Amino acid sequence: MKRVLSTLVLVAGVGAFSAAHAAVLDQVKAKGFVQCGVSQGLPGFSSPDDKGAWTGLDVDICRALAAAIFDDPEKVKFTPLSAKDRFTALQSGEIDVLSRNTTWTLDRDTKMGLNFTAVTYYDGQGFMVKKALKVNSALELSGATVCTQTGTTTELNVADFFRANKMKYEVVAFATADETIKAYEAGRCDVFTSDVSQLYAQRLKLAKADDHMILRDVISKEPLGPMVRHGDDQWFDVVKWTVFALVNAEELGVTTKNLAEMMKSTNPEVKRLLGTEGALGQALGLTNDWVARMIKRVGNYGEIYDRNVGPGSRLNIERGLNKLWSKGGIMYAPPIR
Amino acid sequence: MTTAPTAFVRREFAPALPPPLATAGWLGFLREHLFSGFLNITMTVFSLALIALLLPPMIRFLFIDAVWEGSDREACLATSGACWPFVRAKFGQFVYGFYPAAERWRPNLVYALGAILLVPLLVPAAPLKRLNAILFFAVYPVVAFVLLTGGDLDLRVFLLGRIPRWDALSGPGAILGLRLSFWIDYLISALLLITLAVGIARLLGAEARGIALAALAIFVLFDIVLLAVDLNFGLAPVETRLWGGLLITLVVAVTGIVVSLPLGILLALGRRSEMPFVRFCSVIFIEFWRGVPLITVLYFASYMLPLFLPTGISFDGLLRVLVGVTLFAAAYMAEVVRGGLQAIPKGQYEGAMAVGLGYWQTMGLIILPQALTLVIPGIVNTFIGLFKDTTLVLIVAIFDFLGQLRAAFTDPNWATPVTLYTGFAFAGMVYFVFCYGMSRYSLFLERRGAIGKLR
Repeated sequence: MKRVLSTLVLVAGVGAFSAAHAAVLDQVKAKGFVQCGVSQGLPGFSSPDDKGAWTGLDVDICRALAAAIFDDPEKVKFTPLSAKDRFTALQSGEIDVLSRNTTWTLDRDTKMGLNFTAVTYYDGQGFMVKKALKVNSALELSGATVCTQTGTTTELNVADFFRANKMKYEVVAFATADETIKAYEAGRCDVFTSDVSQLYAQRLKLAKADDHMILRDVISKEPLGPMVRHGDDQWFDVVKWTVFALVNAEELGVTTKNLAEMMKSTNPEVKRLLGTEGALGQALGLTNDWVARMIKRVGNYGEIYDRNVGPGSRLNIERGLNKLWSKGGIMYAPPIR
Repeated sequence: MTTAPTAFVRREFAPALPPPLATAGWLGFLREHLFSGFLNITMTVFSLALIALLLPPMIRFLFIDAVWEGSDREACLATSGACWPFVRAKFGQFVYGFYPAAERWRPNLVYALGAILLVPLLVPAAPLKRLNAILFFAVYPVVAFVLLTGGDLDLRVFLLGRIPRWDALSGPGAILGLRLSFWIDYLISALLLITLAVGIARLLGAEARGIALAALAIFVLFDIVLLAVDLNFGLAPVETRLWGGLLITLVVAVTGIVVSLPLGILLALGRRSEMPFVRFCSVIFIEFWRGVPLITVLYFASYMLPLFLPTGISFDGLLRVLVGVTLFAAAYMAEVVRGGLQAIPKGQYEGAMAVGLGYWQTMGLIILPQALTLVIPGIVNTFIGLFKDTTLVLIVAIFDFLGQLRAAFTDPNWATPVTLYTGFAFAGMVYFVFCYGMSRYSLFLERRGAIGKLR
C-alpha cells in the first residue's frame, strides 16, 4: 500500500513538474504539428468537406497558426470536440489550442484555468421568422412560440430578453440543431432562435429559404475566439498575435494574391507586418516572416471570412460587426510594431 | 358354416385426395396464419393498414422522388425525395472516416481478409476449423493492426530499459524499424523472467521443466507479435485519430465482441468459483463495470485518464476506448454466461466428476458447451447491443459511422431540406444489415444447437 501511494505521489509530482516547465511552443515545434480542438461539425466554422478535409473559420485560424510556425497549413491535427468536453480536452493537454466557436465570458476566462486570446468572430443571438408573419423587429414577438436548442445559453438569453421587455412567450426546446430547424419548418413554433451565424447555416436546410427572414435584432453578445491554457504566456502571445496579424493584414490590404508585391512595399507598417523590417516575429519565438507565411498559405482575416462564412461560401453572412473598425465594424487589432 | 360373401374388398390403395381447400395453398396459409380468430384478424388488418400507410411514401422518398445525380446542394433543393448524391459524395468518409485516400486499400484489405476468414468460420460445414480459428483470432488481429496503423511501433524499451541509467545498449538507430537496444533488452528480460519462474517453481516444489517450457513458449509467441508490429513494412503510419466511419464501428464492435466473450466466460466461471479470492475479484469487477454507464467509462478513459497520467505517457485515444468498451461488454457477457451456467443441472457436474474429469475438462467438455448453447440469444443480444453502442464513442470525439454522418450534415455544401432524412435512411439500412445478419445467424446456431434436444 505504501509503495502504491508513493508511486502515485511520484507520478503526480512528475506530471506537475513537466506540465509547468514545458513551453507549449517548444512542444509544438518538437512534435511538428499543432493539435487543435474544433467542433464536431458547425457549418462555416468547422466541418469536413467532401474529401474529408476540415474547413471553416475556426479551422483556418488553426491552419494560420500552423502556417506561422511551420510554413505549412497542413501541419495541424484536428480533434473534434463536443461542447461538453472542449474545456477538459484543453486542460488535460490533449490539444494545444481550442478554436471551437466558444463565447468569451468572464466565467470561462477565469475559473477554468484557460485564457481567451482574441476575438475571431463577433456573433450574437438572433431570430428567424417566417416572412408571412410580417414581423420586422424582435420587439413584436410577444406571445410567440420560440424553438431553441436545449442546454445552451440561447435558452437563457431568450428568457432574459422576453422578460426584460415584458413580453409573453413559450419555449419549445430540442436536443440538436437539426431537430430544432425541422420543428420550426413543420410549424411547431413561430420563431427559431440561435446564434446569427447558425441561423444562416440552418436556413439552408429549409425547403423554401426565401420565405424566412433573419431579424436584424441581436439580443446577446457572443464574441468567439481561440483559447489556450493558463501558465504559458509565450503560447498565449503566439495565438493572440496570430489573430491580430490576420486582421492587421486585411487592414493593410495584404492578401494572398498581392503578397509578392507587398513584400517589396515601402510602407513601414507593411514592412513590419511582413517581416521585411525589424525582428518582431522572433520576439514571439517565430520567424520574422511569420505573417507572410500565414497570408501566403491561408490568407488575411477578410479572405478567411469570405471563404468560410461570407459571400464566397454558401452561408453568405453579412459581415456586420465583423467589418474592420475602419469600415464600420468593430474588428480591431493592436498594431504590429 | 358358410361365409357371408364379402360385398366389397378393396384391392388397391385409394388415391390420395388433395387436402381440404381450407388448409392448403396460399389461401390455407392465409387462413391459418393471418385470419384465425378475432385477435389475428384485427392484427392483420391493422398491420396491412400500417404497411399501406408507410410503404408508398417510403418508396416514393427512397426511389421515385429521389435525386441520383448531382455535385452539390443545388441538385437536391427542388426534390422531396432522398438526396443520394450526398451519400455518394460522403461515402468515402462514411466507410473510412478521415483515412487518407491514398491508403484506403489498407482498410479494404483488412475488410476483405476479415470476410475471407470469418465466413468459413461461421459455416459449420467448412473444413479446417482449427487452423481457421487460429488465423482469425491470433494472426488476423496482428495483421489488421499492422495494416491499419502502419505498424513500425519503434519500440525502445522493454523492462530493463525502464531502469534509470540503462543506456549501455542504446546502440545504433533502427534497422528495418527494429532497435537493437530493445531486442537485447527483451532477450535478457525474457531469460531473467524465465529463470525467475523456474526458481519459484523449484521453491514451491512444482515441476520446473513444464513451467520453463510454458514461459519460453509465451515469450516466443509474444516475440513474434512484437516483431510483427515493430518491423518497418514501409507502410505510411496512419493515426487512429484519422480513422472513422464504418471502420471505427467495426473495429470497436469486432474487438469488443471477440475479446469480451472469452473474458466474460472467465469472469462467469470466476464468479461461480469456490475459491473466495477469485470469486470476490470477479464479483467486484462485474458489479463495478455494470454499475457505471458506458458514457462514463468512455469519458473517463478519454479525458480523465490523461489528467492522472504524467505528461509524456499517453495511450492512443482509440486504444483507451477499445479497452473501456471491451471490459464493459465483458461484464455483461459474464452475467449472460452465468445464467447459462446456472441452468445446467447439478447432475451434469456430478457426472463429470464421477468420470474423473478435472475442473477445466468438466467445464470445457461438459458444462460450457451446454451452457453457451442455452444462452446464444443472450450472447447475440449483447453483441447487437454492443454494435449499436459503438455509436457512443462520438462523445469522446471519435467519429464512428453515425458520427461521420452527423459531421457530414454540417457541410454547408450539402445543406438541403432532405439531407438529414437521406443520411438517416442510409444509416438505418446499414445498421439493419449488420444487426439483422447477426440475429439471423444466432437463430441458425440456436436451431443447430437444439438438434440434441429434439432427439
